[in-house]
Amino acid sequence: MLKKEDKIFKNLYNEFGWEIENSLEREDWKDTKEIISKGREWIIDEVKTSELRGRGGAGFSTGLKWSFAPKEVGSRPHYLVINADESEPGTCKDREILRYEPQKLIEGCLIAGYAVNAHTCYIYIRGEYFNEGMRLQEAINQAYKKNFLGKNACGAGWDFDIHIHFGAGAYICGEETALLESIEGNKGQPRLKPPFPALVGLYGCPTIVNNVETIAVVPTILRRGGKWFSSIGKPKNTGTKIFCISGNVNSPCNVEEEMGIPLKDLIEKYAGGVIGGWENLQAVIPGGSSMPLLPKNICDTITMDFDSLIANKSGLGTAGIVVINKDHDIIKCMARIARFYKHESCGQCTPCREGSGWMWRILDRTAKGKATHSDINLLSDVTKQIEGHTICAFGEGSAWPVQGLLRHFRKEIDKRCSGDPLVKKKRKVPYLVNQHLLESDNA
Amino acid sequence: MSLKKIHDNQPKEFIFSSENLKIAEDILKKYPVKNKKSAVMPLLYLVQKQNDNWIPLAAMKFIAKYLSISYISVYEVATFYTMYNLAPVGKYFIQVCTTSPCQLRGSDKLIQACKEHISPKQGEVSKENNCSWTEVECLGACVSAPMIQINSDYYEDLDEKKTIEILKSLINDEPLKPGSFRGRKNTAPEKKQSSNGEKYA
Repeated sequence: MLKKEDKIFKNLYNEFGWEIENSLEREDWKDTKEIISKGREWIIDEVKTSELRGRGGAGFSTGLKWSFAPKEVGSRPHYLVINADESEPGTCKDREILRYEPQKLIEGCLIAGYAVNAHTCYIYIRGEYFNEGMRLQEAINQAYKKNFLGKNACGAGWDFDIHIHFGAGAYICGEETALLESIEGNKGQPRLKPPFPALVGLYGCPTIVNNVETIAVVPTILRRGGKWFSSIGKPKNTGTKIFCISGNVNSPCNVEEEMGIPLKDLIEKYAGGVIGGWENLQAVIPGGSSMPLLPKNICDTITMDFDSLIANKSGLGTAGIVVINKDHDIIKCMARIARFYKHESCGQCTPCREGSGWMWRILDRTAKGKATHSDINLLSDVTKQIEGHTICAFGEGSAWPVQGLLRHFRKEIDKRCSGDPLVKKKRKVPYLVNQHLLESDNA
Repeated sequence: MSLKKIHDNQPKEFIFSSENLKIAEDILKKYPVKNKKSAVMPLLYLVQKQNDNWIPLAAMKFIAKYLSISYISVYEVATFYTMYNLAPVGKYFIQVCTTSPCQLRGSDKLIQACKEHISPKQGEVSKENNCSWTEVECLGACVSAPMIQINSDYYEDLDEKKTIEILKSLINDEPLKPGSFRGRKNTAPEKKQSSNGEKYA
């Protein structure tokens, strides 16, 4: 259980006011000049000591990422880009930071910008968060007024500017290279990696892309020391994290807790328990819709951190916990998630563009009880053909939830797949190819 | 990928108002001089603001000229992103989130309410009440599900009855205040629950 004094986001529910005066009372911007004067090496080392892992989903070490930026600025300027394109179903943590703790983010931007040699920072906010973006702009203006930003920011001798760029309703722009494309004024279609953005990013310049929550915890880590942060949570899964608990719980909420807290504790203590009691739990999606779901028997004991969820073939992702109880049809629910991915696929890679539609149609059929015996294998086959065959991780993100469903609820699906197969005779060659073309006479 | 249709009745001309031209210049200052193209997204928003919340083709041509880029590169951006409306929408543009976390808490009923009170089909502007509605994917307020977005405001913690109240208030052109409709403070756990030793709500 996280102690009150160890909470980083003290104003998560806006009890103390979001304006700069209020956040100064909460010790934002305290000793920022001293922190910066300790130098880049110290900042990056301290973040490495804290073992902070990116909060945007992939869980990559933040200190390591920063150290990939070139040490010296060459002919091209460096950029810092903050990913506030929070669109993962089940996740709504960044919104609270933008609304109620904007100074933490802004201070983090300055420190991170200094650490990676960037004078300019773009914050990419999803277009739907228009009011939140306006709030952040106001907070930025307040910081400019206090000379925390701009020329010689915070008196630390580093010029730093922050600009806000609004997205326009594309989930894929949460992928870092798609996000960069979007800032450049193109369609948000991911780029091939390598080269990684740390070397060739925005406008072809070295760019570090970080999630809002990652950047917002950095100032507190540097003030209290990396050792303090790494003492919370579990080894390699350190620190605090905002969990968003939604779905069939009595009181859905956001809560900051330590990493590695048992899932059952989160649901029972904060979210008021599952509707209909713990026994009524069917499954939990632990990390936003891209992560495979977990059935009840795993939920009983699982702890919420990157490594233990990976060991159970799921992932922490963005820590958006979606609880599904037995009153709901799990297949219908997953069919809706498949529809989300079909809608949001950017259309660049064929396996994802076509496959996400295939998955949705098959699951939709299954939910309506119109599926055939062969559909279940077809579905499994389609997920395998998407996974790993796309430019970005969207392919995995759309295939994994369906694979999770197949892994844990195969019996349920089998019950629904009652119709006779469309093609009774089993053929070796799958559906996508017109059969007669494969016969040697026609080849 | 979502399918977007261009509206049949297109105005012949579009230019920014003098006020918006000034805003456009400020937007351009945010980006490096040789990367003017970056401004295409904020400028499309500006068009939408000036032109009753939708973007005509003439405006895309105008932006292309303004930024000295090709027309197609504006067109592909306007058609790729879902938040650019290419056909007129109501004065109150209602977006209902129907992705899983909202679906689990009954967003289907909200859709039903919209069908009954606004228009039977999504994307249609009803003449008498000046509203239109559409189904959208996750709006990122999952712990306040189900929710709807009206223009840029979030209406959270809804149920069928409250949605109908909101829709009626729109029809009467006196929209209710946005925020939680269950009287809770932001996204804090509600009163009954353990609070980690802190005050809230």
